[in-house]
Amino acid sequence: MSRLYLARNPRVAARSLDGEMMIMSGRDSTLFTLNKTATILWQAADGATPLDQIVQQKICVEFSVDPGEALKDAEALARDLAGHGILQISEDPIVQPNPAGGASR
Amino acid sequence: MPQLTTEVDRLSLVVEIGGMPVRINTADPGFLGTLQRRYSGFVSGSAEAEVEFDVDLVSPSLGDDDAPVEVKHQGGAWSFRRGDFLAEWRPASRRGWIRQTANPYSIDAVLRIVHTLVLAKQGGFLLHSASAIRNGKAFLFAGVSEAGKTTISRLAPPDATLLTDEISYVRKHENGYVAYGTPFTGELAKLGENVSAPVGALYLLAKGRENRIDPIPPGEAARSLLANLLFFAEDEELVQATFHAAFEFVSRIPVSRLTFFPDARVWELIG
Repeated sequence: MSRLYLARNPRVAARSLDGEMMIMSGRDSTLFTLNKTATILWQAADGATPLDQIVQQKICVEFSVDPGEALKDAEALARDLAGHGILQISEDPIVQPNPAGGASR
Repeated sequence: MPQLTTEVDRLSLVVEIGGMPVRINTADPGFLGTLQRRYSGFVSGSAEAEVEFDVDLVSPSLGDDDAPVEVKHQGGAWSFRRGDFLAEWRPASRRGWIRQTANPYSIDAVLRIVHTLVLAKQGGFLLHSASAIRNGKAFLFAGVSEAGKTTISRLAPPDATLLTDEISYVRKHENGYVAYGTPFTGELAKLGENVSAPVGALYLLAKGRENRIDPIPPGEAARSLLANLLFFAEDEELVQATFHAAFEFVSRIPVSRLTFFPDARVWELIG
């Protein structure tokens, strides 16, 4: 099974406010509020850490869930976020122009 | 040799909203008079203009009147298009042109658009909200249509100065935010006063059976502010700037929900 890498799309703007992560698409101004799992994926999406490692080290620790199920759900969520232009996903590590990733503050 | 061109006298006036003078040139004295009446109180004697438009009046055949506004940036120029007007503005030269019919509504839309573009670069914005000054502070009352912007404006006591009943003008300053009066009117059809004051609070309007102010979580404040911003540009850089401007604003200005019963007592809670 191939590994999946995630990176924040640098073309979105992101802010965390009082524990809520909000993201706005620069393309069409759509505003997204991320849930806790999506926020973990966003924060860990550095282009270099594979998804299975993010699930094992962050999601399973936070939610005490079965690693196999969690990985399946996380992959579906990551693909959904990529579909909205929030994340980039690839089977290879993703090199980002800005190491901080996105217009996040 | 016969003269092939005719020199047309250009007439002009400067409309200054939010401290930004915009010169409008036209060859039509009747249209100039329309603008002088429309922007009464906001016509400035300023010789300098930050933006200058030449208006060409055309017959009503530009396109679909119901078409949504399009604002695009390409090759150093902004183009604005709606069914009733076509315009271009080049920030580098500060100049632009507008083709529209002889009505005050099209140029009003162009002015709103150009102000949103300039403000977005500076951390400010136009907001769907009524606003008024009381006791030296400006208070903003935001909400969609029917939320109560006109009602709260109509109920304002004599010691409150109405800045607008429809679209508030907010500039970021070094020490906070300042709200300015605008000629952009809603149902009240009354121009705001051309004055300004530091913003004291933003209230999200809700109609109810009593008057009360409730705190709201920061995330909801940011979402509500973003939902009420006027923004037209299809431009990633400005979308991101406006997004961050909204968060800056809610981190510095108190945002609450104002539930009100439509009578003058609601103003006992304001200021």
